[in-house]
Amino acid sequence: MSAQDFPVIFELGAPGRVGASYPDPDVPAKPLDRLLPADQLREDLPALPEVSELDVVRHYTRLSHRNFSIDEGFYPLGSCTMKYNPKLHEEVAALPGFSRLHPYTPAEDAQGALELIWGLERVLAEISGMDRITFQPAAGAHGELTGILMIRAWFDSRGERRTKVIVPDSAHGTNPATAAMAGYQVVTVKSDARGNMDVRALREAMDESVAALMLTNPNTLGLFEEHIVEVEEIVHGRGGQLYLDGANFNAVLGITRPGDQGFDVMHMNLHKTFTTPHGGGGPGAGAVGVKTHLAPFLPLPVVEKDGDRFRLDADRPRSIGKIRAFYGNFGNLVRAYAYIRSMGADGLRQVSETAVLNANYVLARLRDRFDLPYDRVCKHEFVFAGTRQKKQYGVSTRDMAKRMLDYGFHAPTIYFPLIVEEAIMIEPTETESKRTLDEFIDAMRAIDREAQENPDLVHGAPHNTPVTRLDEVRAARQPDLRWRPR
Amino acid sequence: MKTTNDAHVTLTRHVQHKYIPATPAEREEMLRVVGVPSVDALFADIPAAVRLTAPLRLPPALSDPEAIAHLGELAARNAHAGAMPCFLGAGAYDHYVPSVVWALAGRGEFLTAYTPYQAEMMQGELQAGYEYQSMLCELTGMDVANASMYDGASATAEAAVMAKDLTKRDEVLISTAVHPEYRQVLSTYTRPLGIKIVEVPHRNGRTDSAAIGAAVSDRTAAVIIQHPNFFGVLEDGKGLSELAHARGSLLIAAIAEPLSLGILRPPGAWGADIVAGEGQPLGSHLNFGGPYLGMMATRQEFVRRIPGRLVGATVDTKGRRGFVLTLQTREQHIRREKASSNICTNEALLALAAAIYMASLGPQGLRKVAELNLYKAAYAREAIAGIKGFRIAFDGPTFHEFVVRTPIPPEDLNRRLRRKDILGGLPLGRFYPELADGWLVCVTEQRTREQIDRLVAALEEIR
Repeated sequence: MSAQDFPVIFELGAPGRVGASYPDPDVPAKPLDRLLPADQLREDLPALPEVSELDVVRHYTRLSHRNFSIDEGFYPLGSCTMKYNPKLHEEVAALPGFSRLHPYTPAEDAQGALELIWGLERVLAEISGMDRITFQPAAGAHGELTGILMIRAWFDSRGERRTKVIVPDSAHGTNPATAAMAGYQVVTVKSDARGNMDVRALREAMDESVAALMLTNPNTLGLFEEHIVEVEEIVHGRGGQLYLDGANFNAVLGITRPGDQGFDVMHMNLHKTFTTPHGGGGPGAGAVGVKTHLAPFLPLPVVEKDGDRFRLDADRPRSIGKIRAFYGNFGNLVRAYAYIRSMGADGLRQVSETAVLNANYVLARLRDRFDLPYDRVCKHEFVFAGTRQKKQYGVSTRDMAKRMLDYGFHAPTIYFPLIVEEAIMIEPTETESKRTLDEFIDAMRAIDREAQENPDLVHGAPHNTPVTRLDEVRAARQPDLRWRPR
Repeated sequence: MKTTNDAHVTLTRHVQHKYIPATPAEREEMLRVVGVPSVDALFADIPAAVRLTAPLRLPPALSDPEAIAHLGELAARNAHAGAMPCFLGAGAYDHYVPSVVWALAGRGEFLTAYTPYQAEMMQGELQAGYEYQSMLCELTGMDVANASMYDGASATAEAAVMAKDLTKRDEVLISTAVHPEYRQVLSTYTRPLGIKIVEVPHRNGRTDSAAIGAAVSDRTAAVIIQHPNFFGVLEDGKGLSELAHARGSLLIAAIAEPLSLGILRPPGAWGADIVAGEGQPLGSHLNFGGPYLGMMATRQEFVRRIPGRLVGATVDTKGRRGFVLTLQTREQHIRREKASSNICTNEALLALAAAIYMASLGPQGLRKVAELNLYKAAYAREAIAGIKGFRIAFDGPTFHEFVVRTPIPPEDLNRRLRRKDILGGLPLGRFYPELADGWLVCVTEQRTREQIDRLVAALEEIR
């Protein structure tokens, strides 16, 4: 550590210092080697930090100041739906009746928790147009795997052996990775000039060897798939299943339902659309909805209601089994349920209308400065190409994103989707005020000016962050993945 | 699918919602800038055939006080570990969580951040991830750890897939003394990949070394054991890893209770190649089964096949230490269908909580908590063994859980204990039909001697 380095917690310690307090045993304390065989005992204690409670508080509080969050500022990270996470949700999720409830508590003693899961399934079924929903997956990608495995099990049950999954070239990386994890070969289909999946290419790729099409709608360009009805006919016409990556569900709540569009399976990122906090990379919750024909394959167990009692049903012989232990990220289910109950039908429709209005407003006010490869009314997000700035001033999208940080905003998603050169993907969400959007727009316009007038300023960005640009090549070539005393 | 043209009826706005700041006047102005007459026009690209024509049928919106009351009412109908002594464990453990853990991990700066894609402004989350990785290595005795997986069960399954990739072999042996839900998840993950799972029966509550020795072959990618195992019994990790290594297989250690490593020799010291496990005991609450923290650690030479996020230290342009997500060419957003896993969102916040927890306890605190668990469980085990009609099922050494054979069905026993405000252990018949009278009892540091004595007195009354 050099003097200018921010310390890691190991460097703050002193031998013998403690940061927690536990009682002495109130039962007889026998020598360890009378309770356990000597060869099972640890010889050295783990070299954890030795710090006081205040050391811990200061260190992690200071680290929190070296972070950026929705609570602090605007987070237009496309595809991630970084909307406000209500404080009420934290309060209710922390109620001991939820937070200290053991997952193996007998059902008769967990009726409130089971009713919540059951109730969340009902409201999400209505919102999505799907028939049944599992909450076991811990994240979106985990939901994708669950959904594709159910499709696989469904084909198996019909004695059909299909080997491929189609994804559009604009798809999230998790889609092809999921298909591979589920044992499928991935076929990529290109997008058309309007940013839709190319229907003709889909028709050519779609045959009886294809198990499913994994589609995001609105897609990762922020555009609604205009040919969704035709796409549905093509896929179902050849006996395939239609999977929706629901990452962009925030655009269409109360406006259109994936179930009505013909999707057989979808996942919903409760940590995006239904505003459970993302926690710096999780926990998420990937609820997966299915149509009735796939319901027998849902992970074990599901919550059923008999009269006014709720129970866990694990007696489902055609289930794909379990995808994680217990029932999923229940704490996030509490938050998502609280959200939906707070919003109601009108509120949820307002969410999507406002998210889409905000995105179109930002687009309208920036389109004279940035290239727009697909010029259409967008949904909740849109994608610029930073090609003009790159070609004319030698300033890349990465440079402009880093400069954004100096203005006190998180950067948009960049270099995704892969089909847009120098991509800049902006998702404002509905929880941002016009004032915030205007400030962001001003910053984007200022950065465009800087790219022209003072490109070095942008190349060297960020300037106002706790550290400047980091050497990622060195990080990968000489991996330093854990602290060791120097 | 519904098709009519009266979509406007759903558009009437009655409420200015507190999470949506746009006012009617601002909406009008924004629509003017966009150049459309109404919000409806922004959805014209959605084919009419799939557009909703009526409002969603959802329960009416609740105000904040109503929402809190409703959720409070649901929470109040659950019998939880704060309301009565709980002797359930089995992969989810009721430990004391110091106040600092969630006071810090729950700060909005951490809670409401995304995955740290812009490293320069996300040093807090990244550094915490690096510290967590470092502490997990210390705890497990392994070389490298990732920044988190979903939970113990899915981490174990991903470890098996990783072993297949590393060894180019297609069979995995797993002891039936591994958590049944972990085995179910393993089977779900590996079935489509053509990995053959062979379950090796336990013998008297421990993995049967002779059976492992007989089953392991040069087709075996990995042998999976849990330590302490699902029955709470310590395994012979060293012996089993030698058996695996003798045939070129990897040894995967599933650790469902990392606090045991405050006392027990860490898997890295007895030959484990991959440690997968459940980090919930490190500072997270029971939460009815999630969110939990998938742990994964391995040896240095396998780092490029580990799934999930890795945080690495590097320097900035001024030579200062900083942290980034690294070795990302393993991951889905770069490698797509060739990635080592599809994992993206993980359990970063719980990893942060685990780092705060481990730092707070330090080596001495960790040892003390582990000892408290050991002593209290030993006390309870001895007392229950002394009750007529009850006996300890397996004689192997245990940490904080043990299996009791009960004179009446354990489900009935639990119902009777519940009337005395005690949450009893886990009846094992649902997972092990041959253990229909098996009752898995867990005693953590949270249980007082008085509570244990109450349990014992209640059992004496019931028999």
